[in-house]
Amino acid sequence: MPLTFAEKILAKKAQLPKTVPGQIVEITPDVVLSHDNTAPIYGLFQRMGGVKVYNPDMHAVILDHATPAPSTKHAENHRVIREFVKEQGITNFYDIGKGICHQILVESGLALPGEVILGSDSHTPHAGVMGAFAAGIGRTEMASIWAIGQIWLRVPESMKITVNGTLPIGVTSKDLALYIIGELKADGALYMSVEWHGEAIGALPLSQRATLTNLMAEMGAKNSYISPDQLTFNYLKDRARRDFEAIYPDENARYAVEMEYDAGTIEPMIACPHTVDNVKPLSEVKGTPIDQAFLGTCTNGRLDDLAAAAEVLEGKKIAPGKRMIVIPASEAVYLAALQAGYLETFLKAGAVIESPGCGPCMGNHMGVPAVGEVSISTANRNFRGRMGTKESEVYLASPAVVAASAVAGEIQHPKDI
Amino acid sequence: MANIQGRVWKYGDSINTDVIFPGKFTYTVSDPKEMPQYALEDLDPKFAGGVQPQDVIVGGRNWGCGSSREQAVVCLSEAKVGAIIAKSFARIYYRNCLNNALPAIVCPEAVEAIQNGETININLKEGKIICAAGEFNFPPLPEAVMEIFNAGGLIEYTKKRLEAEE
Repeated sequence: MPLTFAEKILAKKAQLPKTVPGQIVEITPDVVLSHDNTAPIYGLFQRMGGVKVYNPDMHAVILDHATPAPSTKHAENHRVIREFVKEQGITNFYDIGKGICHQILVESGLALPGEVILGSDSHTPHAGVMGAFAAGIGRTEMASIWAIGQIWLRVPESMKITVNGTLPIGVTSKDLALYIIGELKADGALYMSVEWHGEAIGALPLSQRATLTNLMAEMGAKNSYISPDQLTFNYLKDRARRDFEAIYPDENARYAVEMEYDAGTIEPMIACPHTVDNVKPLSEVKGTPIDQAFLGTCTNGRLDDLAAAAEVLEGKKIAPGKRMIVIPASEAVYLAALQAGYLETFLKAGAVIESPGCGPCMGNHMGVPAVGEVSISTANRNFRGRMGTKESEVYLASPAVVAASAVAGEIQHPKDI
Repeated sequence: MANIQGRVWKYGDSINTDVIFPGKFTYTVSDPKEMPQYALEDLDPKFAGGVQPQDVIVGGRNWGCGSSREQAVVCLSEAKVGAIIAKSFARIYYRNCLNNALPAIVCPEAVEAIQNGETININLKEGKIICAAGEFNFPPLPEAVMEIFNAGGLIEYTKKRLEAEE
């Protein structure tokens, strides 16, 4: 029987010949990811009677949500986590400033084809960019995996999204993802495994593919998968932490939903307040005044995102009275952007550059908006209150549009500044 | 646990975890006992002060979408909310409910019929909701999950499994 990616990998992990959607399987994941929530998970682990974790090498612990610590309380949280990893012998630990957890999993060769990654973070599907089965889970079930090494998973239905053609110049995978989320809505892939197929996907660099798998969390997906190809294998060459075996969906696998899109028809898109599926073409939103522009996050804080913004900002200035915040997704991105001269461009344009991490994305620190202010951001969420106050609005867009809007002081297309 | 009787707090579609439990508190409020006071803060400021044990939340499609933060479930389970009935749940939220032994019931017909503020009855064992508009049935939990639910949540379940291994 031909199987989808999800059916195939969960069968393999559960040591079954096949699985069907709706089936419950018990598996041991290859990687478990936790971030600043590692300390509260440790508390739950102890309440379960846990002393030593099931397998310290399974863990990836990455501090990113509020780093460097904005308050004593946050700092105490980090301190507990540092003690925890030391005490448990966890070596895959990334302290403040190394980068955002999803970016680090990929960069450090921990996100591998054919492996199962579970993270106590809703954007864990990001790692599906490398051909892994990656899904977000809650804190208590994370603690339970730490203790017993196992978790129940429901085999998801699968959605096949085929994207043909070529994205027009200036249109990114962010626009493609927002367009599809706008069409299928926030629950369009609820509980499903979203597989990306088609020549337009294969033509994307890995960083832009990651924007797609990352954003599928906003369509309710359990995981999102892109077939590993030569680009993936080249990237992993001196990076993969261990040998791996890629898993591909079968040719005639049965999908609950199949969608087809033509990349050539996609234009720059904006997710408007206060939901990610409230998507409009940039042409309809142009001219909306903004107070702050934010370039960064796991969705769009990589080198080519910074490059696209730097190209727009070269020789220009942020509009008077407006602000722009830039946060590279990792230390490696930061260094590469420094060497490429992008950071100089940002500084000369009047932007503020901050250390790698999630920053103001979920309202923790480093540039949260004031009451009544409007932000345009490259992030993945714009829910009411997301950036700190419910009395503010957040628009989501691609890096070039965010940069152009910072220069114009209003939402603007890069060609019109 | 089999029977729940409570007043209904009814909300709409796509209620996300940022409005159920604001992200800015995720690393500053760590004691579960303190969480109910922030429940639904950005959605319904009257909820935290007015909720009574066994009250039932009724939501539309995709209840609990967004961040995986479990506080968005714990702030309700600690407030002794009896159950959440929705047209559909975001999957991590759904899992978090079961792991905290908070009944998460998918029943679109009941959601349409139930009025805000009315008192309803839920029989978990029989999979039945009784409200002013009539009676509605919902499918029981999968067996594998029922075990966790019956243990009183995943903490107790894992505790027992760890003890059994020793």
